[in-house]
Amino acid sequence: MSQIICRDLSLGYNGEAVCKNVNFEIEAGDYLCIVGENGSGKSTLMKALLGLHSPLGGEIIKGDGTSTGSIGYLPQQSELQRDFPATVGEVTLSGCIGSLGKKFFYSKADRLRAHDAMKQLGICDLADRPYSSLSGGQQQRTLLARALCATKKIILLDEPVSGLDPAATADMYETIYLLNKKSHTTVIMVTHDISASIRYANKILHMGGSPHFFRSVEEYRASSLFPAEGGEA
Amino acid sequence: MKLLDTLIEYFSYDFVIYAFVVGVLVSLCSALFGVVLVLKRFSFIGDGLSHVAFGAMAIAAVIGLTNNMLVVLPITVISAILLLRAGQSTRIKGDAAIAMISVGSLAVGYLLMSVFSTSANVSGDVCSTLFGSFSILTLSKTDLWVCLVMSVVVLALFVLFYNRIFSVTFDEGFSRAAGLNATVYNLLVAVVIAVIIVLAMSLVGSLLISALVIFPALSSMRVCKSFKGVVICSAIISVVCACVGIISSILLSTPVGPTVVCADIIAFGVCFVLGSIGKLSK
Ligand SMILES: Nc1ncnc2c1ncn2[C@@H]1O[C@H](COP(=O)(O)OP(=O)(O)O)[C@@H](O)[C@H]1O
Ligand SMILES: [Mg+2]
Repeated sequence: MSQIICRDLSLGYNGEAVCKNVNFEIEAGDYLCIVGENGSGKSTLMKALLGLHSPLGGEIIKGDGTSTGSIGYLPQQSELQRDFPATVGEVTLSGCIGSLGKKFFYSKADRLRAHDAMKQLGICDLADRPYSSLSGGQQQRTLLARALCATKKIILLDEPVSGLDPAATADMYETIYLLNKKSHTTVIMVTHDISASIRYANKILHMGGSPHFFRSVEEYRASSLFPAEGGEA
Repeated sequence: MKLLDTLIEYFSYDFVIYAFVVGVLVSLCSALFGVVLVLKRFSFIGDGLSHVAFGAMAIAAVIGLTNNMLVVLPITVISAILLLRAGQSTRIKGDAAIAMISVGSLAVGYLLMSVFSTSANVSGDVCSTLFGSFSILTLSKTDLWVCLVMSVVVLALFVLFYNRIFSVTFDEGFSRAAGLNATVYNLLVAVVIAVIIVLAMSLVGSLLISALVIFPALSSMRVCKSFKGVVICSAIISVVCACVGIISSILLSTPVGPTVVCADIIAFGVCFVLGSIGKLSK
């Protein structure tokens, strides 16, 4: 069953298109990697999927469990956040903000959800540690835990491994892969790392060409877009 | 013992108690929202607004209203919204626009006061508007009630929206994706800051308000690493500094505003040292 369908989507700012004719379809349990050069509109596409950015044209059709507010999101990290005074527990719990509704305070169920998310990502023992004192990989794990508090159905990750060292990168990819395989969470991930995309994803969207390339991984491998020996895009 | 006697004598007057209550409430409110202001990189709003509030005060003085609040509050709140939008705008030079508004209000304010004021001591009036009154403030019962009600509203807003404020402050993008209307919360913060600045003006004067908003937040960030810790610590530091400042100003016969701010500076120094020791010992 399709979770998200994009038809002839054009995105841009102030009437000027950044990308045109984006077409793709995501089913529950898919692992989609979005690759492409800087400025090709990957982050903008993510924001459109989240309902934070209205398309210039075309349409985004959302299936069940993907309405605005019920998608887990791991944004491209900003510098401001890195020295923010907050504990891992506080950050993770803030993932429940969408389910607060008309309430003012988190319920026991919310706290339990945050605890489970931290457990799933192996950061329970960091719960009282300041976010700013963590390594890059631990910070990303925390933000992933926060995204999981929002939903387990579909998560959007914008360059989750940028700035991580190779070990932490491999670790992060493995975690996301397990999430996709074991919990059947749909994953949509922006990355520059084509070799990792082919290893883990089952679908690939290559932004920047016209038309944008959207195929399964097997077809992508055989196509001219795929660099001879994998590696960085 | 003589000092104690002086204090007891002072505190037998209603107006001293009023000033004390207002001081504690204002410093509590400013400390809580100061944390948000600093973390959201909105400090410029506090600074800009304090200048605007001076201009508004001058207008109120010229019109000759008995209750300044009626003019000062709306002007400051509207300016807060304008400043917020200017600061977030990427197209025009936002920071330059803010500088323009602040310095413009100062100039116009002073001009209005010196041209139209009927008071015999214009520079004294200007000075006390900028830096707070020279001796302990004389607040009416109405002033006290207005301040009480506003402070309770501000505190309630902070407590009730604590989780949402945290989320929007930490990560606006994520909060929006989760369905929170971040624009409303930014607006809320800007408007509340405007209210706090108007309330604080009588205590420390318009130019010194930023200190009341920013110092406790920065101090507590030196020693606390959780958001809740920072908020609580900031509130405690601010209230203690306000009490110490007001009492010292009575005992030493110094102007209230600068004395309170000095207490905040000392507290920052202490927290800075404590924070550094904490880091070294790790
Ligand atoms: N808020 C914005 N206003 C105007 N233009 C923007 C905005 N955000 C991004 N852009 C422009 O849109 C283009 C695509 O940006 P983005 O989606 O972030 O690319 P990517 O994530 O693929 O690197 C860039 O050229 C960028 O300059
Ligand atoms: Mg991007």
